[in-house]
Amino acid sequence: MPRVQVTLDANEAAAYIAHQVSEVIAIYPITPSSPMGEWADQWSSEGKQNIWGTTPLVVEMQSEAGAAGAVHGALQTGSLTTTFTASQGLLLMIPNMYKIAGELTSAVFHVSARSLAAQGLSIFGDHSDVMATRQTGWVMLCSSSVQEVMDLALIAHAATLQARLPILHFFDGFRTSHEVMKVEQLTREDIRAMIDDDLVRAHRARGLSPENPVMRGTAQNPDVYFQARETVNPFYNAVPSIIQKTMDQFAQIVGRQYHLFDYVGAPDADRVIVAMGSANEVTQETVEYLNARGEKTGVLKVRLYRPWSAEDFVNAIPASVKTLAVLDRTKEPGSAGEPLYQDVITALVETGRAIKTVGGRYGLSSKEFTPAMVKGVFDEMRRGDLDGRPPKNHFTIGINDDVTHTSLDYDPNFSTEGADTVRAMFYGLGADGTVGANKNSIKIIGEDTPNFAQGYFYYDSKKSGTMTTSHLRFGPKPIHSSYLIRSANFVACHQSEFLEKTDVLRVAEPGATFLLNSPYDPDQVWDHLPRTVQQQIIEKKLKFYVIDAVAVAKETGMGTRINTVMQTCFFAISGVLPREQAIEAIKHSIEKTYGKRGESVVAKNFAAVDKTLERLHQVAVPSAITSQFDMRLPVPLEAPAFVQNVTAMMIAGKGDDLPVSAMPADGTYPTGTTQWERRNIALDIPVWDTETCIQCGKCVLVCPHAVIRAKVYDSKYLDGAPATFKSTAARWKEFSQMKYTLQVAPEDCTGCTLCVEVCPAKNKTQTGLKAINMMPQLPIREPEKANWEFFKQLPEMNREQINLQLVKDSQLLEPLFEFSGACAGCGETPYIKLVSQLFGDRAIIANATGCSSIYGGNLPTTPYTKNGAGRGPAWANSLFEDNAEFGLGFRLTLDKRLEYASELLPQFTDLVGAELVDAILHADQSSEAGLLKQRGRVQLLKERLDARVGAKHASPLQSAAKELLSVADIFVKKSVWIVGGDGWAYDIGYGGLDHVIASGRNVNILVLDTEVYSNTGGQMSKSTPRGAVAKFAAGGKPLAKKDLAAIAMTYGSVYVARVAMGASDSQTIKAIIEAEAYEGPSIIIAYSHCIAHGIDIAKGLEQQKLATATGYWPLFRYNPTLAREGKNPFQLDSKAPSLPLPKYAYNETRYTMLVQSNEEAAERLMKLAQEDVNARWKIYEKMAQG
Amino acid sequence: MPDLSTTYLGLKLKNPIVPSSSPLMQKVDTIKKMEDAGAAAVVLHSLFEEQIIREADALDHALEQGAHSFAEALTYFPDLGNYNLGPEGYLEHIAKVKAAVKIPVIASLNGVSNGGWIGFAKKIEQAGADALELNTYFIAADAEQGAPQVEQMYLDLVRDIKAQIKIPVAVKLSPFFTAFANFAQRLDAHGANALVVFNRFYQPDFDLDNLEVTPNVILSTSEELRLRLRWVAILHRRVQADLAITGGIHTGADVIKTMMAGANVAMTTSALLEHGIGRIRVMLDEMTRWMDAHEYVSVQQMRGSMSQSSIAYPLAFERANYMKVLRSYQVV
Repeated sequence: MPRVQVTLDANEAAAYIAHQVSEVIAIYPITPSSPMGEWADQWSSEGKQNIWGTTPLVVEMQSEAGAAGAVHGALQTGSLTTTFTASQGLLLMIPNMYKIAGELTSAVFHVSARSLAAQGLSIFGDHSDVMATRQTGWVMLCSSSVQEVMDLALIAHAATLQARLPILHFFDGFRTSHEVMKVEQLTREDIRAMIDDDLVRAHRARGLSPENPVMRGTAQNPDVYFQARETVNPFYNAVPSIIQKTMDQFAQIVGRQYHLFDYVGAPDADRVIVAMGSANEVTQETVEYLNARGEKTGVLKVRLYRPWSAEDFVNAIPASVKTLAVLDRTKEPGSAGEPLYQDVITALVETGRAIKTVGGRYGLSSKEFTPAMVKGVFDEMRRGDLDGRPPKNHFTIGINDDVTHTSLDYDPNFSTEGADTVRAMFYGLGADGTVGANKNSIKIIGEDTPNFAQGYFYYDSKKSGTMTTSHLRFGPKPIHSSYLIRSANFVACHQSEFLEKTDVLRVAEPGATFLLNSPYDPDQVWDHLPRTVQQQIIEKKLKFYVIDAVAVAKETGMGTRINTVMQTCFFAISGVLPREQAIEAIKHSIEKTYGKRGESVVAKNFAAVDKTLERLHQVAVPSAITSQFDMRLPVPLEAPAFVQNVTAMMIAGKGDDLPVSAMPADGTYPTGTTQWERRNIALDIPVWDTETCIQCGKCVLVCPHAVIRAKVYDSKYLDGAPATFKSTAARWKEFSQMKYTLQVAPEDCTGCTLCVEVCPAKNKTQTGLKAINMMPQLPIREPEKANWEFFKQLPEMNREQINLQLVKDSQLLEPLFEFSGACAGCGETPYIKLVSQLFGDRAIIANATGCSSIYGGNLPTTPYTKNGAGRGPAWANSLFEDNAEFGLGFRLTLDKRLEYASELLPQFTDLVGAELVDAILHADQSSEAGLLKQRGRVQLLKERLDARVGAKHASPLQSAAKELLSVADIFVKKSVWIVGGDGWAYDIGYGGLDHVIASGRNVNILVLDTEVYSNTGGQMSKSTPRGAVAKFAAGGKPLAKKDLAAIAMTYGSVYVARVAMGASDSQTIKAIIEAEAYEGPSIIIAYSHCIAHGIDIAKGLEQQKLATATGYWPLFRYNPTLAREGKNPFQLDSKAPSLPLPKYAYNETRYTMLVQSNEEAAERLMKLAQEDVNARWKIYEKMAQG
Repeated sequence: MPDLSTTYLGLKLKNPIVPSSSPLMQKVDTIKKMEDAGAAAVVLHSLFEEQIIREADALDHALEQGAHSFAEALTYFPDLGNYNLGPEGYLEHIAKVKAAVKIPVIASLNGVSNGGWIGFAKKIEQAGADALELNTYFIAADAEQGAPQVEQMYLDLVRDIKAQIKIPVAVKLSPFFTAFANFAQRLDAHGANALVVFNRFYQPDFDLDNLEVTPNVILSTSEELRLRLRWVAILHRRVQADLAITGGIHTGADVIKTMMAGANVAMTTSALLEHGIGRIRVMLDEMTRWMDAHEYVSVQQMRGSMSQSSIAYPLAFERANYMKVLRSYQVV
């Protein structure tokens, strides 16, 4: 069978090989390796077979530690087993990795290498994770490009069988794992030819079997452990030659020759860079460019990193080399040097080869590594020749280290991009489908033309209103440009508003083509461009095209998805294919992508293609800048200094320019920064109708982004209100003389419409209108901005006057969680916001990794904020798996500190007064009034202690006073919240969560239950309901959802609640207040609708209502306090099911897609799911009866 | 034992009771039960082109929502390969029903586009349906569209579909035509093999608690039969097409009235929903008893016996309001 050219990314390339040579695959989602597991699972669910004609068994585990355990077990029983992981996931596998290697087991892990969480988490690529495993005894093989990933994946699977040592095959996360590249696909025959079945059978024969019983995993003692550890040496000694032979065998079959160390460059090079991963590609490109201009440089590509073969390494270095620079994509603080550098130094010393060698760090967390930086390193290497100064060692490249001055200078304008490569950049909105279309475009170019093709896609840090940038390269020569396009000859801006926020044309080279989607005609569009954009178009002599893609999309039923329109424009303008052929190719690709979603979907895409060209126009570019406006500042001028100097740079896309000194050294950042970002992503925003409003507060409660606020205030504060500022009489008996205003933050709204959906008040003369209605944002943006500013300075309600149990009242409380980057219409954030309203000024939050840590803590701006007194939630994320324990740690500190403070305080009875001491120690802080009083007492205490601390004469009491002062705030009750999703609570963190709720300590656990791993793209968790489709449950989850609440209730000492804000907001508030008040562990499981459910997100609350009405999500509270009072602790808060389950379930694509794909399975699982509901209801009903 | 057999759409039926198009038809087992209870044929639930489009759009929306927007989650659902979103499920159902029962199976189609009507009609024929009922559910709400245009739309549809398929075609109609008799004749002339009177629409209701319009359909009663009896009685012998009454058939007596008005078959759903599938047998027994008691030997004998052309006072079907009629002035 001939090999075909395919356009795919490295994750797919690795999975393509792994799936064909494995019997068992144990997986767990983690970015950026999740797609490998998803491909494997999908192929197995489709019945695709491995080379032995059987379908690999794919199983999702509860964590990477679990996956590693399952892999170990499957290996020990003789299966060919693999897994895919990265970052923290790989760290969790380390204990098993030692075992697997120690037992001389053939296995391959494919790792898309990623940063590790240190001062902050990063999902992006570097070698920190794989370097943390280099001591485990695994063979480590590194790929630099998508083609290499496919090739070396096969070489790894073949070699491990012979070597009897496990192989970690890794490549750069995102840069390689997500880069779409045209490659030659290995055939089944290639794979077949590389795998020796005798070795497979030998592996199987070594597996545990009662037919031939042996034991492994003995406990060894000082007498033999050491010797036993040394037995493996011959196996490690043999690895380099086994790998090389396997590479040679591969070359014979496929034609591509790899070596343990591949040198590319001048045979007589004086300077050589040593590196691993995608850096090799850009370095090769730069080396070729420089050598063509007379320099003598080279790159030594490290493929086999462990075992480190010093001999092979040294032999690969040309004799002429005077200087080596070793580049590490990791950081080992405090080490003698980064790992690869140290290995190189050792190799040179041990082999007696004297070459001047320096080491440096580059590219951490997918930091760009460009030809300019490569040249900067090469230039540094000959520094001695130029000015006598030795080249800097332990350098950094690509950043400005103005603190310890490690960074090398380089000329950022240096470029190796040739004229023969088309470089196209597309700025799109996540929701407009730009990336999907560009992936198709690069496939078309790769597969329908002889061009080499590469696509890479970059996303910003938000989940709503995301800006995506697509980087497409194609041309007649192989592409080694493993970096973002820095100089484009085609730039498309799919959303005209980006022009005011982002310097879109910065990358446009002179004479480039600029395509803009704009609502304005070709003769009008010019005046609607910011001045900077006009200037760039004129100065760079850009060819400027415009299309009203939104109009075409609307006319053809595509809604806001302009991807097909813009894709057609790209092909029409770029001329990469003859127009007719391009249109045919686009339509073919549409059919391939959307065909199975129905003829009508294909038809409307076709219509969009056909309608596009008549609306595409070239603009006659005027010679003068005429615009009356320019690009907006990233943050307003009144923002605090840190936001101005640091955050604003990140918002503007210039974070790469920030020097080391600008960054907090310990990862500590100010809160309350989202308020400065003002993203203006909603086309329509809610507008309040004072006449219709009943002031129920429901819209304020459900707003996921806290953009709707309510205040009750004295009418005197209305003096100076803007002309359009609205207010009306407050509809509270006790505040009847006061005014009420419902105000929207116009620039922070995402336009989700949940507020309109939940509004119960209808206009009496036009029932289609409610008390809050969506209106276009642009015409009212400016007046509403002024209104918002005025509203913000109105006084907050006195918390003592509010009945927190009432929705209406509670929504007068200031939210201390606002404007997050969560998805529009998010079902999680309203709960967090509510907690912040109720307890935010005294809360400490431990947040599990996941959606809530991303919208809660992803830079540049973060949503947790402070009140007027400067108090607000203190927030931290530790890891995914340990969040409950992390939060418990908070509690332990607080408990111990309170104990200590309570021990100290009585020593000051004489100084501060017995009455104050007694009042502080025995304060009732169960109400807002009590808390306020206690704050007053603590303030008084601190003032009195201050006096003592300030006394001139030192005394033991003075020292104790300092101590007490440093801990006195603990006397005001603190509230510990442990927040995370179901992936954490039900799966990876369940062991810890169980331990924490069993601890008896006063922590509050909020489980934001979306029933899948939402953050990584909807993989099944143990919370996923029976019958729902999720990733890793393509056939519908066969088993019922775990009843975490029921498990928690078995302790009897844990407050447990199940809530759904859309079903009962009052029950939700009641549960949250009770949970917080309970002096012990509490767990609240909150139904959180999610886009991963496949719903119209605006109907999320309606779905919550139906979930409860069908009995799927019964509402209840289990309060151990009641048991102590002799009452039934279990209170069922929802009525018996009044609707069958499908009335809820079949509004959601996660259920209906199973009906569409496998009706019989859907019917069977739905029947069982209904039985689950019925059975559970009976149990709960019985419990409620006592 | 009277002969209950009849013909409809060229099909020989053992009796005139035909369960009409409804969601009951989604289960093969239920259709089998209908056959066992004595149903002479069935009209399957409708294949709704609009629903197919909406389901496709909903799936497309759900699969694209949030996709390719965020680095950690480029999609939110697995790719299931096949979603069975076209008419395939319906067509498979026809085949399954045909395999499961011996009685004729009439498919039902509701299209929204010309291409949809014709394309699906052909596929339904290929799937093995014995006949096709066009469920012409249409509310003429567009003020710009006059009665002639609406009527022409129906006529064109019947003509186009008849030109494309060979199986018989019935047209299910609403009563809301200005000159129904004339329109029925024109449909007849355009090739409709049967007219089914009348479609029962979802009707809007107002939910006063929530101030919302809540469209729904409620079960029919025998009262609704009268409108249908009138028009079948008027059309009998005036059109070549067969006639079917649907709506208001609950008892054996209702079926007999239907036959006497001139219909070929009596279609029922509400009675089955209310009383169960076994109701068919009850209605047949009631018919038989009545016919025995009144010495009718066959349905054929009574068909059209009380149609406008058969009764003594044809104006009875045209009288729309009470009018005092003085027998003494009657001219002999």
